[in-house]
Amino acid sequence: MDPGCSRLLPALCAALADPRQPVADDTCLEKLLDWLQTVTEAGSSLLLLQENPCLVELLFHVVKSQDLSSRILAFSLRLAGMFAAQETCFQYLQGDSSLFVASAAGQLLVHVLDLAMRGPAEGHCGPQAHAWPACAQEIVCHIEASLRSTATPQVAQALNVLTTAFGHYHGLWMQGLWVRLSPLVARLLERDPVPAAHSLVDLLLSVARSAGPSPDGGLWETLAQTLSRLSPTQAGPLALGILQLQGCPQALRTQAFGRLLQPLACVLKAAAQAPGPPGLPEGAAGDSVTVDTLLSSKSACVGLLCCALAHLELLQPLPQRPSPWPQAPLLGAAVTILRFCNGSASPTSDVGGRLCTILVGCARVQRAALDFLGVLSQETGPQEPVTQVFAILLEYLVSPDSSPMVLKKAFQATLRWLLRPPRAPGCCDLDPHPQLFLGELLPVLQKRLCSPCWEVRDSGLEFLTQVTRSWGGQAGFRHALLASEVPELTRQLLRDPESYVRASAVTATGQLSSQGLHAPPASPEHPGVQQSLLEELLHILSTDAEGFPRRAVMQVFTEWLRDGHADVAEDPEQFVARVLQAASRDLDWEVRAQGLELALVFLEQVLGQRGSRCAYAVALPEAAPPGTLAQALRALCRVQLFEFAFRALFDCDRPVAQKSCELLLFLRAKAAPYGSPQDAGGSPDVASVEATLQRWQAGEQGQPLGHLEPGAVMAVLKSLDLEGLRDTLAESSDHVEKSPQSLLQDMLASVGVLSENEADCY
Amino acid sequence: MMALPYITEHTGFTGTVYATEPTVQIGRLLMEELVNFIERVPKAQLASLWKNKDIQRLLPSPLKDAVEVSTWRSCYSMQEVNSALSKIQLVGYSQKIELFGAVQVTPLSSGYALGSSNWIIQSHYEKVSYVSGSSLLTTHPQPMDQASLKNSDVLILTGLTQIPTANPDGMVGEFCSNLALTVRNGGNVLVPCYPSGVIYDLLECLYQYIDSAGLSSIPFYFISPVANSSLEFSQIFAEWLCHNKQTKVYLPEPPFPHAELIQTNKLKHYPSIHGDFSNDFRQPCVVFTGHPSLRFGDVVHFMELWGKSSLNTVIFTEPDFSYLEALAPYQPLAMKCIYCPIDTRLNFIQVSKLLKEVQPLHVVCPEQYTQPPPAQSHRMDLMIDCQPPAMSYRRAEVLALPFKRRYEKIEIMPELADSLVPMEIKPGISLATVSAVLHTKDNKHILQPPPRPTQPTGGKKRKRASDDIPDCKVLKPLLSGSIPVDQFVQTLEKHGFSDIKVEDTAKGHIVLLQEAETLIQIEEDSTHIICDNDEMLRVRLRDLVLKFLQKF
Repeated sequence: MDPGCSRLLPALCAALADPRQPVADDTCLEKLLDWLQTVTEAGSSLLLLQENPCLVELLFHVVKSQDLSSRILAFSLRLAGMFAAQETCFQYLQGDSSLFVASAAGQLLVHVLDLAMRGPAEGHCGPQAHAWPACAQEIVCHIEASLRSTATPQVAQALNVLTTAFGHYHGLWMQGLWVRLSPLVARLLERDPVPAAHSLVDLLLSVARSAGPSPDGGLWETLAQTLSRLSPTQAGPLALGILQLQGCPQALRTQAFGRLLQPLACVLKAAAQAPGPPGLPEGAAGDSVTVDTLLSSKSACVGLLCCALAHLELLQPLPQRPSPWPQAPLLGAAVTILRFCNGSASPTSDVGGRLCTILVGCARVQRAALDFLGVLSQETGPQEPVTQVFAILLEYLVSPDSSPMVLKKAFQATLRWLLRPPRAPGCCDLDPHPQLFLGELLPVLQKRLCSPCWEVRDSGLEFLTQVTRSWGGQAGFRHALLASEVPELTRQLLRDPESYVRASAVTATGQLSSQGLHAPPASPEHPGVQQSLLEELLHILSTDAEGFPRRAVMQVFTEWLRDGHADVAEDPEQFVARVLQAASRDLDWEVRAQGLELALVFLEQVLGQRGSRCAYAVALPEAAPPGTLAQALRALCRVQLFEFAFRALFDCDRPVAQKSCELLLFLRAKAAPYGSPQDAGGSPDVASVEATLQRWQAGEQGQPLGHLEPGAVMAVLKSLDLEGLRDTLAESSDHVEKSPQSLLQDMLASVGVLSENEADCY
Repeated sequence: MMALPYITEHTGFTGTVYATEPTVQIGRLLMEELVNFIERVPKAQLASLWKNKDIQRLLPSPLKDAVEVSTWRSCYSMQEVNSALSKIQLVGYSQKIELFGAVQVTPLSSGYALGSSNWIIQSHYEKVSYVSGSSLLTTHPQPMDQASLKNSDVLILTGLTQIPTANPDGMVGEFCSNLALTVRNGGNVLVPCYPSGVIYDLLECLYQYIDSAGLSSIPFYFISPVANSSLEFSQIFAEWLCHNKQTKVYLPEPPFPHAELIQTNKLKHYPSIHGDFSNDFRQPCVVFTGHPSLRFGDVVHFMELWGKSSLNTVIFTEPDFSYLEALAPYQPLAMKCIYCPIDTRLNFIQVSKLLKEVQPLHVVCPEQYTQPPPAQSHRMDLMIDCQPPAMSYRRAEVLALPFKRRYEKIEIMPELADSLVPMEIKPGISLATVSAVLHTKDNKHILQPPPRPTQPTGGKKRKRASDDIPDCKVLKPLLSGSIPVDQFVQTLEKHGFSDIKVEDTAKGHIVLLQEAETLIQIEEDSTHIICDNDEMLRVRLRDLVLKFLQKF
């Protein structure tokens, strides 16, 4: 332990032992314990105790004290346990109100149990319970008593302990434990309602996972029984867990999948105009309990449907999901739920009528169903009701009642359906469905971009950016987009009062412009009023008061430079110079970091790719034949890239400095093989640059570097300890704040309040 | 409110009308606008022969389908409006108004418009709430007072939203988006509207929206004979506004931002399209004007002017009229039509929350609210769902409200109360007999001490019939208590009666004294002794019965 901490520890121990002190929260105590653990692991515990008698005093005090808080008691017990790791006789602390204490107590029990079972001669304890050591017997009896208890919290604690055990240990004795306890667990299913259902599900899944590929047959039976015994809401997580298990019998998987699908089956059945099979696998048919749950209350209905949708959404991309995957009925269910929610379903059944009343206008279910619908786009089915999907998505996009969040989800689902891989391979243009849909979608997008609600404008722009990124090259899309007012509206949103919208508008116009889809030039009545997009974005970069739009501009500019955007390609040097100048003054570190990203792209273009051996330069319009380092360096000097990078090297924000360091290291590596163009090592120029850099490092960044010669730059680069700087920067920025000394100081500071108050009393 | 002159001026009405001040002032503006619109285009002659049923049958639809045309009246005059308004007595929220001593009437804020009210009608033991157009949304008026509606015996629920499927927030969004799209394309926007109400909220939304939508240079015109008064009145009714707007008044700032729109020349208002407006008129622009039916008022002019261009848009925001019917005479029409009805009154979800909160014993509502709208018969959510089911009524139906008046409150004069001698008959309950004169006037009942009997003066008896006073001296005592049959029988036996038989009856017991051929019928609230002409026996038995009862 370092001396700083040793000095602080006595005061802290005294504070912990003082019941009047409002001692630190659980998290602090956990951290303190973690730290002491690392200290004991690094050296001798005995030495630690000898050097810090305050720790022993704390433990003594705790034993005597009557009115200590349970968290300090637990902390001290664990501390004592740490120092005397062989001791196995700790009190049961499971009932403690503190989550940490309860969980620690549970873990402790499990560890003690494991320790006892492994015994002195490892592996000796078999499944035969009568041969277990007394300590293990006692713990198991305690767990048994808890499982028999009528108090749900106690049952839950026992189940949680067992879950921890099966999650951590896989010894032979675990099988014995399960054989002994499983009848008690199974008996829980006979109670009504089943107590601590969540914990029970966790335990059964934990046992099933730990049991490996061929567990005892009884387990599958218990799982099947539990599946049918739990309420629909409780059964969902179990069903999902079963479907994720390896080596699970097919019958159980079928039962689990059916259980998962039941709520959707009920919805489909309730909405059906004429009786007929809904097309979901057998076992999914909605049972009366599910129907009752759906209709019992709005919150139960919403909860059950949202869980069912979320579980199926998780299941869909998994390799072990059931096959065949009932794509068409699932799509039908998602669409039906969305129809219930927007009031466009016209069910004839009573259940349908009730569902309609419950679900209409329910944003939570709408969001869940739209997410699920989006996920289903990744699937191909034989007879997909794609037309229905696009129709319902359009209804949601058009409806004035769609809340901003629902609208965002509708845009996301629409995007996924629009961008799913073409059905006919090799076909380069759009499928007929999306193409038709597009015609109706763009007027909606247009209106949404004019919404008074900024979240809606923002989601509209995000959607536009993504769809353009994927479809920008397709004739059908280009034609429809250019015929609409969307590009013009997008450009107008660059002046939106909301910064998030401005940022999204910057990204969207940047993307449109990259694809040659930007707004047509200024109207004939006002020629010249509209400045070029490049100028407009530069204006945003240098004047916008909020960081988001400026960051977005930097990203767009980086992409433009990388992709050789026409406006940039005219004069890349001037472009880079102007952007770096604006970025260097920016107060937002992300803008400066992005500036370095742009500088790197430029660097790669004049010097060749990073990581590639051949140093080729992208042809600069006015540059002489590429390849000569001197020319490249002169270009970098002209755009003042070095001034920008050197400033960034001493940036107060670590990521900026790190990035700059990488950039300069790359540059030095690139230039090294060629040697320095001229030996400028001792020139006055170099000395003045180094002096300026030292001042910058000291925090005085006012002075400019002035014009630099490539020779001087290379000399400075060589003289700088960039590797050392990189290592320093690589240390976590909070390595100071995370230190144990800082933890002790913080904890003392929080109890310090009391001592100050006491002083005031005198 | 708009029908008030018809009631007060043409039905022989002689009563008082109660209304809040903004209701009167804004109601006057609305009626003034209507009268102005109608009188601007006087009809050369009035035709009424078509109202004859035989002729009406032959007319084209929708005239031939119109009901009760004989009751249709031509519009009232400003004189009649003033006369009607003069009969109004102003009231404030939560003010208690006594009606003939029988009931108390109290207006409560309904949150729908400036001064709009729900009413409580209550006696000492009964409470009826009348809920008319109310809103739970945060708009400009004072929020709806729900707490005062609690503990109602009956809640009469009317004035729900006319467009239950249209959410006002969504509609305002639609309104703004469509307005911006039209104006950006160089088109004009026409908003047929009333001169007060939703327009205040629309202007406020636009105030926040126009800068973001790049519409700062677009003029907004508000044309109505009462435009100026409406905009100004709204600013002075501070006490009737929502809390946010009230606090602005103390800053001091105008509560509505339309003041700033006017100051910055973004919103201009004119009494009509003639005069200044024609000089200032600049396109593209947004015009708010009446009448929302499109049958009269300046809006007619703009429909004619802009109807032919598809660049222009008419946006309907008032829910009172079918926009398709309003547009019918203008067809074919090139201009775009957008229907964004903004009705902030309660929808069925809000009603269900309100009823849960207020918990009336009974709900009474128009029949239409008890079933889904005919066009959306599957929407079970678009009806009132409460327990017990709401009691519905039809137009002009007379209903007996589902409660009985059981109690009446009677006051006792202090000197009379002093003279009472209460007797505790069981813990916490005391009884006392009272002799008094019940004085009833204006539906108030007071017990006063009886006048003292006049002492006969001298030896002369000059008593006249009219001087008779109630004889209070020979009052028989009141009895209370119950007779335990077993003990009663034992007592009878002690007193020499034998051969006693007891029979149980539905209401009590019959004690038969077979020898004496006598029957004593004991019931909860009466005891009869039936014996043949043996008064001595009856009196003996009576005294035995009385031993078991308390007297006072």
